[in-house]
Amino acid sequence: MEDFNPFDNLLCILLGISFTVWFTLLLVFIIVPAIFGVSFGIRQLYMKTLLKIFEWATHRIERGAKDNNHLLYKPYSNGDGSNRDLDHASEFEMSDIFYFCRQGVESIMDDEVTKRFSAEELESWNLLTRSNYNFQHISLRLTVLWGLGVVIRYGFLLPLRVTLAFTGVGLLVVLTSIIGFLPNGRMKNFLSEQVHLMCYRICVRALTAIITYHDSENKPKNGGICVANHTSPIDVIILASDGCYAMVGQIHGGLMGVIQKSMVKACPHIWFERSEVKDRHLVAKRLSDHVEDKTKLPILIFPEGTCINNTSVMMFKKGSFEIGSTVYPVAIKYDPRFGDAFWNSSQFGMVNYLLRMMSSWAIVCSVWYLPPMTREEGEDAVQFANRVKAAIARQGGLVDLLWDGGLKRGKVKDTFKEEQQKLYSKMLVGTQEDRSRS
Amino acid sequence: MGSRASTLLREEEIEEIKKETGFSHSQITRLYSRFTSLDKGENGTLSREDFQRIPELAINPLGDRIINAFFPEGEDQVNFRGFMRTLAHFRPIEDNEKNKDPIASEPLNSRSNKLLFAFRLYDLDRDDKISRDELLQVLRMMVGVNISDEQLGSIADRTIQEADQNGDNSISFNEFIKVGNVYILYIDIDIDI
Repeated sequence: MEDFNPFDNLLCILLGISFTVWFTLLLVFIIVPAIFGVSFGIRQLYMKTLLKIFEWATHRIERGAKDNNHLLYKPYSNGDGSNRDLDHASEFEMSDIFYFCRQGVESIMDDEVTKRFSAEELESWNLLTRSNYNFQHISLRLTVLWGLGVVIRYGFLLPLRVTLAFTGVGLLVVLTSIIGFLPNGRMKNFLSEQVHLMCYRICVRALTAIITYHDSENKPKNGGICVANHTSPIDVIILASDGCYAMVGQIHGGLMGVIQKSMVKACPHIWFERSEVKDRHLVAKRLSDHVEDKTKLPILIFPEGTCINNTSVMMFKKGSFEIGSTVYPVAIKYDPRFGDAFWNSSQFGMVNYLLRMMSSWAIVCSVWYLPPMTREEGEDAVQFANRVKAAIARQGGLVDLLWDGGLKRGKVKDTFKEEQQKLYSKMLVGTQEDRSRS
Repeated sequence: MGSRASTLLREEEIEEIKKETGFSHSQITRLYSRFTSLDKGENGTLSREDFQRIPELAINPLGDRIINAFFPEGEDQVNFRGFMRTLAHFRPIEDNEKNKDPIASEPLNSRSNKLLFAFRLYDLDRDDKISRDELLQVLRMMVGVNISDEQLGSIADRTIQEADQNGDNSISFNEFIKVGNVYILYIDIDIDI
């Protein structure tokens, strides 16, 4: 009996010490820097080490594949489809269908749009089986490395990150609620900004997001609208940890709803009830009211309306461009080598997605603040939206697509097919008119 | 570990498809990955809806006919073998295939099989002739609402007149070959791996 007590005590003491050490480390290396916005450079070092390991892993796979005489498939890019010369009037030939037929089957083999809605294919392997289709058992060393990766990611990184995430979110809710009791004024705004920034920085560390900000002199100012391309819900955290924005969105239930309600106590965000979202005039009115008040923060909007897989920018919905204030475009480009940040909402729910993010190696991205743009004379909202979209696509190295992000879930409009039919008919009918004249 | 291709393609299957269609190993794995990404139901077969989800195909005037060509008579699902068999028609004819032994079974991408594929896009009822109605249907799909019935009718009549040789007012496969043969290689698709 007596033998057990000292061991029990020892065990308790050991546990106590390790917890204390753990939390102190957490506090010193992660939370305190987050509060003050400084960095030790640990994440940069981590990133460089990871890259070296990935290079080695890819090398091994390529060598292994050559030995087994297989070719690895590379991301397939569409060659330039030769366009049938529809400008020359000609008569109908039975072989005319060959053109449409070939176009159709080419799009079955690969098309520009559906691949935007599934994760990008990588050329090198980042030790996550979820992003690799070439992974077979190549060598023992590689499998061991992968196994080690699993242990580190799920056993060490994931718990650490989850702790941080809870801390960050918890602090956000508690502190913003407290600030809500203060009278409106400069003090409240200042404190609210600091609290928001601090909590978002903690969340950034909870995802091990390594972000490089470019051109910070163009950061959005009060009374403006910030537009950015959308890849995942994390975009919000990335932008909001470097500047203060008024968020726009629908009120959700559950945890999200709690967070939203407490955030709005500290500073004015724009949350809509589900029923109000459909009412475009109401939405536009609230946005323009907010924008006119220069004491309020710039609005953050994602005009694509849905998450795209970060290889392209899809059609911007024109609503935010009709309001008439200065638009501050921002381009966000994720580095896919470390973990795919794209949220395929038809494949994963939000919680599942966040867990995947937190068990990746890191999220590395670049943010470019582009110079502000305003609507020019004679330009309508759609043209303005396209101009902004082109600027964002160019900066981020993304493909600028005319297609609508709504194609992720909905069908394509018939007008596109009608356009094709019209073109073809013009070609045929031109001939008829000539014939009737002669 | 959450991979999209839940049933990976076995080596024997790849070999069989290679023999049947003439695609290379890497082309087959590439197209298999494409097949699985289109297969939203993840049951190893594609339905018509899976094809219609491709926007560039949905706006193609002949989209429905092309989709139809993938499905065997009366069936609503196509598996990977069937998918590849249809795609094989679009593979370019390689030099070493041109002078093959004619007694050996004809490859899927032979000139005459390509022509047969195109012929079947017109000949919906599979009676081996393209009637005036069938021709009109395809014409209507390609021009939409932009040409009147009469004009379309006269285009159809002229086409049949030029192609029809035995005077039955419809176009048989042999007659089709004569008008289509020159252009048929236009359907070839270069898959660059």
